Amino acid sequence: MHRYILLTLVVIFSLASLSLGVISFEETTMHILVQSRLPRTISILISGMSLATAGAIMQLLTSNRFVTPTTGSTTEWAKLGLLIILIWTPQASVVTKTLFSFAFGFAGTISFLFIIKRIKLKEATLVPLVGIIYGNIIASIATYLGYQHDLIQSIQSWTQGTFALILKGRYEVLYLSIPCLIVAMLYANRFTLISMGREISISLGVRYQATLYVGLLIVSTISALVLVTVGVIPFIGLVVPNMVTLYRGENLEQNITTIALLGGLFLLACDIISRLVLHPFEIPISVTASIIGCLLFILLIVGRRRHAA
Amino acid sequence: MITINHATKRYGSRSVVNDVSLSIGEGTLTTLIGANGAGKSTLLSLVGRLLEGEGEFLLEGKRIDRYPSTELAKRLSMLRQSNHITVRLTVAELVGFGRFPYSRSRLTAADRRIVSEAIEAMDLTNLSGKYLDQLSGGERQRASIAMIIAQDTKYILLDEPLNNLDMAHSVHIMKLLRTLVDERGKTVILVLHDINFASCYSDAIIAMKDGTLVYHAPTDDVITPDALQQIYGMEIPVCEHRGRRFCLYHL
Amino acid sequence: MQPRHTLTILVILVALSAALFLFYQLPGGAVAYILERRAIKLAALIVTAVAIAISTSIFQTVSGNRILTPSILGLDTLYLLVQTLLMFLLGAKSLAMMGRISDFLLSVAVMIVFSLALFSLLFGKHTMPLTMVLFLGMVFGQLFGALASFFQLLIDPNEFLTVQARMFASFNSVNTALLFSSSVIVAAIACALVFFLDILDVLSLGRESAITLGVDHRRASRLFLIIVAILTAIATALVGPVTFLGLLVVSLARQIAPTYRHSIILPTSCLLSMLFLIVGQLLFERIFHFNTPISIIINFAGGIYLLSHLILRGTV
Repeated sequence: MHRYILLTLVVIFSLASLSLGVISFEETTMHILVQSRLPRTISILISGMSLATAGAIMQLLTSNRFVTPTTGSTTEWAKLGLLIILIWTPQASVVTKTLFSFAFGFAGTISFLFIIKRIKLKEATLVPLVGIIYGNIIASIATYLGYQHDLIQSIQSWTQGTFALILKGRYEVLYLSIPCLIVAMLYANRFTLISMGREISISLGVRYQATLYVGLLIVSTISALVLVTVGVIPFIGLVVPNMVTLYRGENLEQNITTIALLGGLFLLACDIISRLVLHPFEIPISVTASIIGCLLFILLIVGRRRHAA
Repeated sequence: MITINHATKRYGSRSVVNDVSLSIGEGTLTTLIGANGAGKSTLLSLVGRLLEGEGEFLLEGKRIDRYPSTELAKRLSMLRQSNHITVRLTVAELVGFGRFPYSRSRLTAADRRIVSEAIEAMDLTNLSGKYLDQLSGGERQRASIAMIIAQDTKYILLDEPLNNLDMAHSVHIMKLLRTLVDERGKTVILVLHDINFASCYSDAIIAMKDGTLVYHAPTDDVITPDALQQIYGMEIPVCEHRGRRFCLYHL
Repeated sequence: MQPRHTLTILVILVALSAALFLFYQLPGGAVAYILERRAIKLAALIVTAVAIAISTSIFQTVSGNRILTPSILGLDTLYLLVQTLLMFLLGAKSLAMMGRISDFLLSVAVMIVFSLALFSLLFGKHTMPLTMVLFLGMVFGQLFGALASFFQLLIDPNEFLTVQARMFASFNSVNTALLFSSSVIVAAIACALVFFLDILDVLSLGRESAITLGVDHRRASRLFLIIVAILTAIATALVGPVTFLGLLVVSLARQIAPTYRHSIILPTSCLLSMLFLIVGQLLFERIFHFNTPISIIINFAGGIYLLSHLILRGTV
């Protein structure tokens, strides 16, 4: 039931997003719609859905509800990969860039999982803290390289994710997230199982390592795709899955469509706000998403505390 | 004398200790027993002011929270279960902390004597220079008890002091506690899981079930099949050996 | 090695590096001026080093945790936000007239109030675990950063440029007046701490042992967290975030002086911290002529050290 409500909301918000722009709707030509507005709305939807799903998967892979690609160093590694390819061949194509940041994100997340398996962390919030320390190390390498090659500006531009530059012909690589989402749905049950630990999942007949790698592949692909086309959009992977699991438990198979739809909705709403607040200027969506996401997350934590008390 | 009036501890809507009132006389060894989750440790922590709850807790007629911290620490000490200490300390340093309420960190000759006696009483003299993280679980437990002994308070609260200890050390510690009560007039209250230790060494037993007080009576009145049935919800035959009662619940 | 010998060696090393910092590669002309500039920078390095080392070690003692540092609370972005808001509300001209000291004190006050508000979650009716509070602090940090960039969009770009230098504090642009007031505060706190060293020792045994030994745990933790908040705020306002310096030096100090005694850990950490900053700055500025800020290298080295230490020990 709630899924249909969500779906309706997504459709309404998408239409609103399509109708927004510097030029009013009546004057909008088919050309603008196809060249800029449609690509923009589609890429927001895809990014929102896939980032929320990637966050949910990451939380199951690490058995920790505070770990996301951004707090689990995936994003920092992907950024480092992107920076290295830019230094190496500045003219690299979108596909090469994506491949590079994917490879770094994948390897980096594996190393993060290794680290948190090695260190026995007593409290759940220490896991994302270690992730952030680790991410900071990687980020300092990137900043150093940036200083050496005068690329600090481009690093900063990725950190400010924005959909303002999305045009036909520059975003299509994002469609690759859709197969990722489908695989995620097929594997949802297995991700839930491996979140209960290696022993339990093996005794229930799930191939632990293989499932873990499938999850990592999905997470790193999505992170790399969104990073290359849009930039970093923080908090969505943290807030959206946590909101859903707070009310509906952590069974991913039951929640995955809700999480994806809510992710799309969240980002559409952020984008509309970004464009309306300073109209005709536009705020980078990463700023809007951070502000709204932070506030929601703080409410969530405080609410959970009240709830538990 | 320790007096508890209407002690209650709630976590949300669930009360772990529910309106418990009792008083414990000086110079006695009293054991708290009960099933898991009966509220024994919580009650002890409330008296030891490690937890805050509702109700009134009096030590020698004065409310515990009215004592200045240091004054209370000279009268009442408490050992929690799983007292894991993360700093790198030697056994002697840890036990030395027991003198903190009296001398802060400047130990006098008298303090040092008390510390080494406590170490010796816990059979740790050979290990006194070792770091806690080099010790086994049982040795660490004994070091923690030694610190409590060095604190030399009239009232001693111990939450499962026999955790991790082998039979010989368990017996040794129970005997030592008995001596502290009989010869030095201490008042000891402890939580035990081994009901036969409770039966052999305590003057009185406090039995709890689901947060409420079921029995507070001399040991022999509680170690009976009827009372045990009520406390643990299982049939426990009791037999006698050398004038002591033993519970045979293993079959 | 005896702790006292370790301390002596460290003092000598710090003195040597300070002398080197002052007199190495002294150019022919304008000696007095250059010496003065270098002395100011040296003083800034020392004040920061002490503030960071003390706040991190106290914080770790109170929290009973070796991988936490108050530097990740999000204070740096809060500083940025305060500066941006001041600029947004007052405009560059009035901000310039406001004077750096009142600006500095205002920012420090805001940071202290924020940290205390966060720490109060530790003691309220429904207490929150410390790691959760830190995590929340980081989320707030992100929020401040995002708000700051939002207000920066609203500010006239020309105005923005003229005051941007002020927002990103660094060792190269330390203001003498700020330095003086912050060194007075840091020195006063350091002196006051001498009387509380044994309480810190007891706190390191954990909450329950501390209470049993007669320390009012709640009051003591609150007092020490206030000190932590003040020191962290000063260091952040003075030179910006040096997140991992504290973790690095406190962890190293515990390695070379394996004791629980704060009378040894605190001075060891402070001296190590000074040594790191002075030598680091010397290498950077005058030997390698790097154009990279020193904080990047400190964060890199500190992070690597901390993680490898954790991985090797296998636990926190």
